[in-house]
This record gives sequence, C-alpha cells and structure tokens, in this order.
Amino acid sequence: MTLVLENFLITQGDFRLEADFTLPEGARAGVIGPSGGGKSTLLSVIAGFFAPQSGRVLWRGADITDLPPDARPLSILFQDNNLFPHLTAAENVGLGLRPDLRLSRDQHAAVARALDRVGLGDLGARRPAALSGGQQSRVALARVLLRGRQLLLLDEPFAALGPALRAEMLDLVREIVAEAGLTLMMVSHDPRDVRALGGVAILVAEGRADAPAPTEALLADPPPPLRAYLG
Amino acid sequence: MARRAQPLGLWAGAAAAALLVVVVFGSLAAVAWRAEGAARFGPADWAALRFTLTQASLSAVLSVALAVPVARALARRRFAGRGLLITLLGAPFILPTIVAVLGLLAVFGRSGILSVGLGWIGMEPVRIYGLHGVVLAHVFFNLPLATRLLLQGWLAVPAERFRLAAALGFGPRDVFRFIEWPMLREVVPGALLVIFLICLTSFAVALTLGGGPRATTVELAIYQAFRFDFDLGRAAMLALVQFTLCAVAALVVYRVAVPAAMGGGLDRPVERWDLRGRGLAWLDAVLIGAAALFLLTPLAMIVVNGLPGLVGLPGSVWLAAGRSLLVALGATALVIVMALGLGLAVVGAEGAGRARRAAGLEALGMVALAASPLVIGTGLFILIFPFADPAALALPVTALANAVMALPFALRALLPALRRAEAEHGRLADSLGIAGRARLRLVLLPRLRHPLGFSAGLAAALSMGDLGVIVLFAGGDAATLPLQLYRLMGAYRMGDAAGAALLLLGLSLALFWAFDRGGHGDARS
Repeated sequence: MTLVLENFLITQGDFRLEADFTLPEGARAGVIGPSGGGKSTLLSVIAGFFAPQSGRVLWRGADITDLPPDARPLSILFQDNNLFPHLTAAENVGLGLRPDLRLSRDQHAAVARALDRVGLGDLGARRPAALSGGQQSRVALARVLLRGRQLLLLDEPFAALGPALRAEMLDLVREIVAEAGLTLMMVSHDPRDVRALGGVAILVAEGRADAPAPTEALLADPPPPLRAYLG
Repeated sequence: MARRAQPLGLWAGAAAAALLVVVVFGSLAAVAWRAEGAARFGPADWAALRFTLTQASLSAVLSVALAVPVARALARRRFAGRGLLITLLGAPFILPTIVAVLGLLAVFGRSGILSVGLGWIGMEPVRIYGLHGVVLAHVFFNLPLATRLLLQGWLAVPAERFRLAAALGFGPRDVFRFIEWPMLREVVPGALLVIFLICLTSFAVALTLGGGPRATTVELAIYQAFRFDFDLGRAAMLALVQFTLCAVAALVVYRVAVPAAMGGGLDRPVERWDLRGRGLAWLDAVLIGAAALFLLTPLAMIVVNGLPGLVGLPGSVWLAAGRSLLVALGATALVIVMALGLGLAVVGAEGAGRARRAAGLEALGMVALAASPLVIGTGLFILIFPFADPAALALPVTALANAVMALPFALRALLPALRRAEAEHGRLADSLGIAGRARLRLVLLPRLRHPLGFSAGLAAALSMGDLGVIVLFAGGDAATLPLQLYRLMGAYRMGDAAGAALLLLGLSLALFWAFDRGGHGDARS
C-alpha cells in the first residue's frame, strides 16, 4: 500500500535523475535539495506531465506509469497558475469534481462545504485577482480536498507567500492530509518547512533522489551534498 | 502519453487545413491547368510586370524613407494626442482602399483642394493618374505601417542604452550612429519587404489611379483579360506570373524576421537626454505635423464631402451595403473557425512534440500571403465556371476568398495567445482532466477573447472594404458596397460616390470597433 518508484530514470538533455524508493501510504515527505537538482522534475514525472526514460511508478501495486495526468490517483499544486484567473473561486474548486463544470445541486453544495472548510465560505463568487495570495492557496487546497485523490504533490505552491502565511498554509495542509488520510510529497527549499511536516525527507541531489529518511535524523547528520546545500 | 490529445482541435484544424488546400492550391492548380504558354506573354504583359515591380519598389522605398524621421520624432517626443495619433497610424490597415482613393482624389485630384490652391497662385492643377498617383496612394497606406514597424524598433532598444548614452555625453548624432543606425539596419529590410509584398498585390489602387498601357499592374492585367476580353487562358497565365512573383517575395519575407506592427504598447515614449536643442524640437514637430496632415486630410475630406450625400443615397447603395455586411459577417465567422481550428492543431502538435507538423500547419495558414486575391479569384472562377453561374455564387465566393486572405493576420494574433494559455494553464487543465470541448470553453476561449475580438474585427473590416474577387464574379445586380462605389465613380456620380464612401468607411470602422470591443468587455484579470 505505497508509492513505488522502480528503477526510475529521468533524462532531459544533459540532465539525469535516478530514483528507486518506496514511500509508505500516509507518509508526509519533504523533497529537499539544491535548486536545479530535479525536485520539480521528479514531481512532474510522477504526475504524468512527461514520461521517464525507464522504470515504473506504482501506486498500491498498480502500474500508473502510462496513465494520463488526470487518471492518476493524485493532485498536484504548482508554484503558480494553480487557479484559472477567469473563473471564480467556486468554479475553480468545482473543476475538481467535474472537469466540464456541469455540477449538480449536490456538487454545488460540496463545493460550498470545501470552501467553508478552508475558511473561504463567503468568497466563492470572487475571481482569483480579487483574493489575496493566501486565499488563492486556500482555494487550490479546497479543490484538492474535493478531488479526494490519495496522493498530494506540492511543488512549492506557497513559495511566494511571506513566512507567517506560509506557516499557516502548512498547518492547513497538515490538517487536510491528516483528515483525508493523504500521502504527501512536498518540495521545499527551506529545511524548516520540511521539519514542520514532522515526517520524512527525500534528498534530491547529484542526479539521485534518495530513499525517504526521517527528517530530524537527516538534518542532524546531513550527507555531503545536503551539507553543502544547507551551508 | 503525457499530454492529452485534443480531438476537437484536430478535427477543426483538419477541416480548416482541407478548406485552405482546396481554395488556395485548388485555385492554383486550376490556374496552372488553364494557363496558356509563355509564348503569349506579350509586350503589354512585360510592361505590366515592369510596372508592378517599379511601383512596388518605389512605394516601399518612399514609405520607409519617410517613416524613418517620422518614427524617430514620434519615439523621442511626448505631446498631447500622441497616443491617439499612434492609434490612428493603425487605421489605414482597416480603411477600404477605394474610400482612401476617393479621399486622396479630393486632396490631390484635378479638382482637389491642392489643385484649387495651386490655381489661386496661377499654377497648373496636379495630375494624380499614373505611376505617381499609384505610388502616392501606396505611400498613404504604408507610411503609417512603416512608421509603426520602425517605432517598434525604437521601443525595442533597451532603455539602459539611452541612459548609458546620456552618461557618456552622446549628442543626437552619436546616438544615431551608435544606437539608432544599428537598430534601423535590423528593422528596415523587413519593413521594406513587407510593403513591397503588399504593393505587389495592389489591385484597387491600380484599378482607380492607374490603368492604361503604362500604369497597369499584373493584378490589374488579370482583371482586364477577364473583364474586357474574357480570355481565361491569358488571365490564368498572368495569374501564374503573379503567384510566382508573390511566392518568391513571400518566401523572402518569411526568412527575414518581420516585426509585428499590430501589437499594442507603442504609446510609450523613449526616454532621451540628448535632445536639448530647440531646432531639433521644431524639426520633430514639423515632421509629425506634416505626416498627420498627409494622413488625416484625405480622411477629413471623405467625411466633409460624404455627409451631404449620405441622406439621399439611392436604394441600390443601401442594398449593396446589406450585401457587404452579409459577406463581411460570413467571412468573419469563417476566419474565426479556421484560425481557431488551425491554431489548436498547431499548439496541439507542438505539445505532442511534433514540431514539423506544427510548422507545416502554421505555414499553411500563412500561405495566403503569397496568393493574391485575383489569383485565387481566377482559379475559383475556372473551377466553378463549368458547373455553375459564377455570378450566382459571387457573394459566397467573395466571403471565402476574404476569409482566406484575412487568415494569416488572425493566426498571427491568435497563436501567441494560444501558446501562452497552454503554457500557463495547460498543466493544470491536464491534471484536472479538462479536455476536448470543456477545455475550449473553460480554459482557452476565455484567455483568447482579446485576439479573437481583434481578429474578427480585422477580418470584418477587411472583407467589408475589399474590392478584389468580387469584380471578377459580380454580375450586374449583385454588387458589394465597394464595387457599387467604384461603379458610381465610373459613372461620375460623385455626390453619391462621396456619400457611399462615407457609409463604407463608417461600416468598416464600426465593424472593427464592435468586434474588437467585444473582446475587451468583461475581460477580468
């Protein structure tokens, strides 16, 4: 009952990244390492935006390597462009239920509940431009909640927020992950964020994504590439 | 496997591509099939070829040469009305040719205001018909285009370079030598070529201001072979010559990077520190004033002369206006469907990593740049003639030809926006499974409102004012407004012609404004 990357090899021009590890279901994993090391690329390939050179991705024992992005058991949030700017918050959330947005009455109610859950109960009619950065992140998380996919990939979606807001969002993520029993992979360049997750960390450096290791132990005794990165 | 195929884009793209292939290559094939041997390429045809090349070269060189000082003055000065003037520089593009000709006649014609003024001081009236009239009209149309192209060049120079020049104490002469001249060397060849290509296919200007053995373009010769001799073989042969000419020029244009002139953001002045002299300021003011006068006086004359005639316009003019509206709206719908279909197919092919297919489709959309209206018209006539009465199909054929002609502009406006929409929102849409029609409705169309509105406006205005294919097909009673206007001019009913010209001008601008405006309304974020 896990996410397995099996003999995984990603190549893009000169860039190479290998991975061969297992992430237990329900784990909260921070993905950490120097920039340009391939953290985002790793998530993009797991999410299905492009294919690995070789190897397989398995979820709960099923091979998902060849599935299109939307058929995979996961939700992903990018650094930006997580919302469609011309759609309202409620419509953006509703896309998590039906990609053609033809929602039933029950589904509309579910959208309203999801917005309530992230603390945006009365802002559903606003467009992203009329929301603050933190509120936009909440809309995206409400959609994650509604989609109900078991694996959540976060590619630094809160990077543009200030420290206090970012901590608030991480709290919300932890709550949602715990409530829905999600498995989480979160890219971050800040070891404090990864520590705050209180789980494991995956080090991506020097062409390898290491197997997840307990965050505290990893940060207490970092291997050379991580030591160089942390300074 | 990674990216969802878009069956919608594929179908619409395939349909648009098929239609283009039939219209453009079908008509070319027809032309090639009917063309008679080179033996019939007589002295008159050589003269037409020579005249075409001469007038196009002269028009291009004059337009660009005059545009350099005007663009420089506009780039380095700020004054009230500057933004409006720069917007107006875009207007000739959607101005019906025949209307502009009428405006030019009112200023430069035998009884125009210039001749009247010359008469007061005892000089001969100017003669506008012939080579210089054709070139004058082409400069009228293309000086603004050249100015906008060059202005783009000025604005593309990084602001830091002018700051550096200021820090080093450069005067205007040094700025020209080290900054402006290198920029002009990059931009001018493209501008020259584009204008040369536009003037190669000039028909309505040559029809009204040229004519006769010494001022006939190839495009006009096609029409004459058709209309006066009904010699399809000769018309086809001339069409083949015209196509070869344009294809060669278009290939050269395609290879030289051509700056886009239709984009916005041109109303930002360049910050300069080397312009302290008052003489320079006066020079710039005179240049800008002269250019504005040259462009605006003919337009003002259309309004002044047309207003009295507008009320009493004969019913035939209103009927023609109705026909033109139908043609314009039909052409617009066709352009939008074809541009969207091709655009989706191009971007879809790019997303799937099929770069060559994408480039091929894009080139297909641009192919109309090389095919002139009368070439396509001749080909379609040859195709239709054996099966149906061409006159009965005049309006649909005109709409179709207009759509094909407007497609390159629509595609140029649409493709960058489509690419940006896919780049910014494609992954999110993929991850949520938004595909097919829902993707078009929820993701792409909302992001394309601006370029769609602009393209529709452009296509509608171009089609509304087009005097090209229709002259080959129209019988006595199915005239469009530009053709009706031409007939009124031919019959020397100048009052009615002036009224009809104002009506045509108003309708063209209104169509452009309405569509373009529609793309702006409710555009949030």
